[in-house]
Amino acid sequence: MNYPAMNKLVISATVNGDAESFLCDPGTTLLDALRTELGLTGTKEGCGSGDCGACTVMLDGAMVCSCLVLAAEAEGMAIHTIEGVAEGGALHPVQAKFLELGALQCGFCTPGFIVAAKALLERHPDPSETEIRYWLAGNLCRCTGYDKIIRAVIEAGAELRQERKAPELGTQDRQRLVSDPSDSTDRGALATIEDAALSDAAFEGEAAAAKVVGNEPHPTEIEP
Amino acid sequence: MPQLAYHAPGTIDEAVRLLLASPEARPLAGGTDLIVQMRSGRIAPSAIIDLKKIAGMTGVRRIAEGFAIGAATPCTALKEDAALLAAWPGVVEAANLIGSVQVRNRATIAGNLCNASPAADSVPALVAAGATCVIAGPDGEREVPVGQLPVAPGRSTLGPGEFVVEIRLPPRPRRGGDAYLRSIPRTEMDIAVVGAGTALVLDADGSCTAARIAVGAVAPTVLLVEAAGAALVGTRLDEDALATMAEAVRAACRPIDDKRGPAAYRTAMAGVLARRVVKIAAQRTEITR
Amino acid sequence: MNAPQPQHAFRVVGTRPVRPDGVDKVTGKAIYGPDFVAPGMLYGAILRSPHAHARIRSIGTSKASALPGVKAVATGRDFPTIESLVMTVGESASDIVHVARNCLALDKVLYEGHAVAAVAATSQAAADAAIQAITVDYDVLPHVLGLEEAMREGAPLLHDDVFTKGVSPKPDKPSNASMKVVIERGDIDAALAGAAAVASGRYTMEPVHQGYIEPHGCVASWNADGQAQIWCSSQGAFAVRSQVASMLGIAQADLRVTPLEIGGGFGGKTAVYLEPVAMLLSRKAGRPVRLVMSRGDVFRATGPAPGAVIDVRLGADADGKLVGADIEFKYHGGAYPGLNAHSGVICSIGHYNVPNARLIGWEVLGNRPASKAYRAPGAPQVNFAVESAMDEIALQLGIDPIELRLRNAVRPGDPQPTGVPFGAIGYVECLEAAKAHRHWSAPLGPNQGRGLAGGFWGNYGGPSTAQVSITEDGSVTVTTGSPDIGGSRASMAMMAAETLQVPYEQVRVTIADTAAIGFSMVTGGSRVTFATGKAVIAAASQVVDTLKARAARIWGVEPGEVAWTDGEAVCSSGAKAGERMTLRQVAARAAHAGGPISAEAALNAAGWLPGFAVHICDVEADAETGHVRVLRYTAVQDVGRAIHPDYVEGQIQGGAVQGIGWALNETYVYNADGRLDNPGFLDYRMPVASDLPMIEAVMVEVPNPDHPYGVKGVGEVPIVPPLAAVANAVARAAGVRLRDLPLSPDRVYAALNAR
Repeated sequence: MNYPAMNKLVISATVNGDAESFLCDPGTTLLDALRTELGLTGTKEGCGSGDCGACTVMLDGAMVCSCLVLAAEAEGMAIHTIEGVAEGGALHPVQAKFLELGALQCGFCTPGFIVAAKALLERHPDPSETEIRYWLAGNLCRCTGYDKIIRAVIEAGAELRQERKAPELGTQDRQRLVSDPSDSTDRGALATIEDAALSDAAFEGEAAAAKVVGNEPHPTEIEP
Repeated sequence: MPQLAYHAPGTIDEAVRLLLASPEARPLAGGTDLIVQMRSGRIAPSAIIDLKKIAGMTGVRRIAEGFAIGAATPCTALKEDAALLAAWPGVVEAANLIGSVQVRNRATIAGNLCNASPAADSVPALVAAGATCVIAGPDGEREVPVGQLPVAPGRSTLGPGEFVVEIRLPPRPRRGGDAYLRSIPRTEMDIAVVGAGTALVLDADGSCTAARIAVGAVAPTVLLVEAAGAALVGTRLDEDALATMAEAVRAACRPIDDKRGPAAYRTAMAGVLARRVVKIAAQRTEITR
Repeated sequence: MNAPQPQHAFRVVGTRPVRPDGVDKVTGKAIYGPDFVAPGMLYGAILRSPHAHARIRSIGTSKASALPGVKAVATGRDFPTIESLVMTVGESASDIVHVARNCLALDKVLYEGHAVAAVAATSQAAADAAIQAITVDYDVLPHVLGLEEAMREGAPLLHDDVFTKGVSPKPDKPSNASMKVVIERGDIDAALAGAAAVASGRYTMEPVHQGYIEPHGCVASWNADGQAQIWCSSQGAFAVRSQVASMLGIAQADLRVTPLEIGGGFGGKTAVYLEPVAMLLSRKAGRPVRLVMSRGDVFRATGPAPGAVIDVRLGADADGKLVGADIEFKYHGGAYPGLNAHSGVICSIGHYNVPNARLIGWEVLGNRPASKAYRAPGAPQVNFAVESAMDEIALQLGIDPIELRLRNAVRPGDPQPTGVPFGAIGYVECLEAAKAHRHWSAPLGPNQGRGLAGGFWGNYGGPSTAQVSITEDGSVTVTTGSPDIGGSRASMAMMAAETLQVPYEQVRVTIADTAAIGFSMVTGGSRVTFATGKAVIAAASQVVDTLKARAARIWGVEPGEVAWTDGEAVCSSGAKAGERMTLRQVAARAAHAGGPISAEAALNAAGWLPGFAVHICDVEADAETGHVRVLRYTAVQDVGRAIHPDYVEGQIQGGAVQGIGWALNETYVYNADGRLDNPGFLDYRMPVASDLPMIEAVMVEVPNPDHPYGVKGVGEVPIVPPLAAVANAVARAAGVRLRDLPLSPDRVYAALNAR
């Protein structure tokens, strides 16, 4: 936004549990304030227009694109960013599952996905694959094709439910991961989520581990 | 360079005064359109008047005439109001097709309306439902049907110092049903290539006693196609009635070719979507009987 | 197919450990291009052309320079005069003069978004305000966007010094057609005249963008003594160094480039855009300068993959044996030459034996951003046409699509398009695996169809340097110069651990700056795990030799009497036979028993093998609306051997989804004024999570005998088959064959209604 520096506002907010105050221009977005004023560069800008979700943060408990919030609007509010997801030195189960399942490649979209996935699981502890896909539709990933991200969220959900001493979650739970036609919630998009044919494909993923193996490599000299 | 100011007034009167004081001031509710437009340089407001600190501006209230939805109420909050969701599922769904969850946690249907895009998802649903908006301004408040607010892409009938304070929806008619669908290339995150909303009422025998059909992204503003609604009234929504209705919808369309879709496709889809929403709405009349 | 290989053959290779850089990336600590801050840094902004084609009469910068906070203004005139020099970077070759002009226009702007002037100021707001104060007097010229329009006599000419390369004698008139590549063999016309089945058609698409989520960003600092530093996210810090140094006329040793984490590239971050401009601003201001692109800048001004017009005639005999391929394609080069039309020609029918062929590729310039590499650059476009034609032949002859491909597939020993015989390739194994997969025989519902396509990409090896060092406590550091764009630190650590026979966690990997390690070619061409991996293994092997020698010295035996077993030195003969010394024990004494243990390998890795893939796609088409939904997707690929299977699967899944996006929705849309109409993620529609099913990656392992662990490049070929796999599925679901991408709902609807 093309506004020269001028009457700065002083904004006070809670950021990852700590009281913070910072200066900003009236037109400064929360994203820019977090990155520039507070040095919290874990929140990324991918588009600046709310179309990629890389800047996702929690604002008073609701996940928002911080590029679409003015810093001034956050006065008095509680902000949680990726930097606050791990508590102390311990990773949150969503973070741990992203690592365990290789759910990131370049990692640039990862903070936004983790904040959004954590928000989902806090709200819906046991989402279906389809629900996860729609919840995360505002987070673009260009590297992974989403497959491993969705699996990581599913598994993080299962782990969180275990932590909460939820009823036994065994194979039934795994099967629930498969897209369930009953998940359909009458969405307005024409390509609706009723498409049941997902069911066979999803989570045959285990088959992915069954490799087809050919010839042995011949031992060769290492080049000088 | 414009001098930008940010204000968060606590009352409607104060907000009106601030808006009047600076012709280039803009009200801010969810900000999901405003901030994008500022960043792209399309607009350069002198002041931003944040409405969210005004009491009553956020939340859904029950009123004698139905529901009042504060102008700063985010779309996701509509889903959480069980009574509103039960009464107007089409409106709530339309509002919850906009952008992503992140966007819907900020975006408002009042903003969707005032942005005056012909492709706004919530507007055909609101028009079909017979929603009104309450506008505050220097001369006090006025209430107009939502369809009268946008006049052209990006332009509305809001006068100097005026802003929408709430959207009102009537109570759901007995045996009424509503629905909204849009056509987008992806499953989420797109602007409607075409949208269609309906609200209709059936009698105990399944005959249609009232029907409103509104379509989006097929004209400079959302269209209420009265002939389409009329084609359903007195019928049992049989195939002939639906065909006549769809023909009336297509006849009313005057879309353009743009990056989001060709005109001919938009017209054709308006008919297809209108048929589909009527079927969904008719099913919903059974649920709410 | 052979029995599965027993896992104990390797200790580390084939396992799925957590990547070493993982925690930084899930906690927001990792520093990417737009995140880096240097002390005293200024903020830059770039003024870009609103016109598709215009002569610059003058640029007025005095008003901008006078604004508060503005410390420097730069234009194309600030570049030194440089001689023409073609530099090969990754998969494209560009004249450095053109690269400089692309960074800041000199006399002409060649596309909307072309950089014209730049400012550095004390805040981003001040810099943004200052570029608005720059006045540019343009003489607007007619522009040209279309491929065939640009080739026509009298078309607006972008450059008066570009002549069609690959045509002899050299043309005497400049042309927008900057390159022609021809490969011919046999008698194509006779072959097609005698064919039992011929599939012919014209296939088209507009450019598509790589779509990495991280916009380009860098910080440059150029000191008064001529030494400079750049911190940036790129696919190759060495390529940044060589290009920037050449453009600015400085010695490469005076420029230290530090790679930051890179938020996706897919070929698009092998080019430089901002770095030279930040350098110019920094020299003028005497302070570090940061430049970061907006998403709109990325779409308007960074390399998309070329759009194409492709004419194909493909013929087969009654048994389905291909007899001839007549292919001519035109690819967008954009504003400057540099795209390599060669790869499209090579990859077009590289996966089949076709006795008669006429393969012609053109690179055609137009008023668009200069095309850049995008994952298997040049292959997906022509593959879309060829694999669609294969599907038509299968339908015409009533042959199963996999069977048809098996009858024509290249096998080891068959000639490559260049004539050299193929090595240990696995296309047939991929086709067999696809045939055996239950997806191929699963039932389909109404309005559903299944498409299949095969794909080929050459891959690459090339120069890389790696260093392996043993610390005093016996842990291991590996240093390379290959930016980690998708988990390669893990595979480097795994290969080092495998060679040293130590646990993976004992090895840590650093991607070093250009002053800290020798040259490596860019991360691209599916080369890092293969080529840089070879360097890591070579260095680790030298370290093993050194460890054995040190143990021998400590024991007082001959080096030949020491073996390296289970990560320990074992004395195999003499008085000390059977004694063992751990790595930690050797390391603790090494410094005083011969010196520190460290080895560097700098090599030009040969022996790479091409990648082959077979993709199966199920779609459902809504006949009333033209919407296509991908229901199920299986991607089979010869991966050589997967070092870290998660990240190999990830490459396959990511490439497949980029291809699905290309097939269904992604496309550049220009308006009549030559301005990009969809320069954002809203209307440049990349796939979102809800658009997709799980992507099943099936790894076929036909190991590469020329790599110690069997590695083949895996990153690029997965984007080759999806365009045709999706289109073939749509053809079978809807009964209409669409030859123009993307297969958007309105096009599918129109095709259905034209029946």
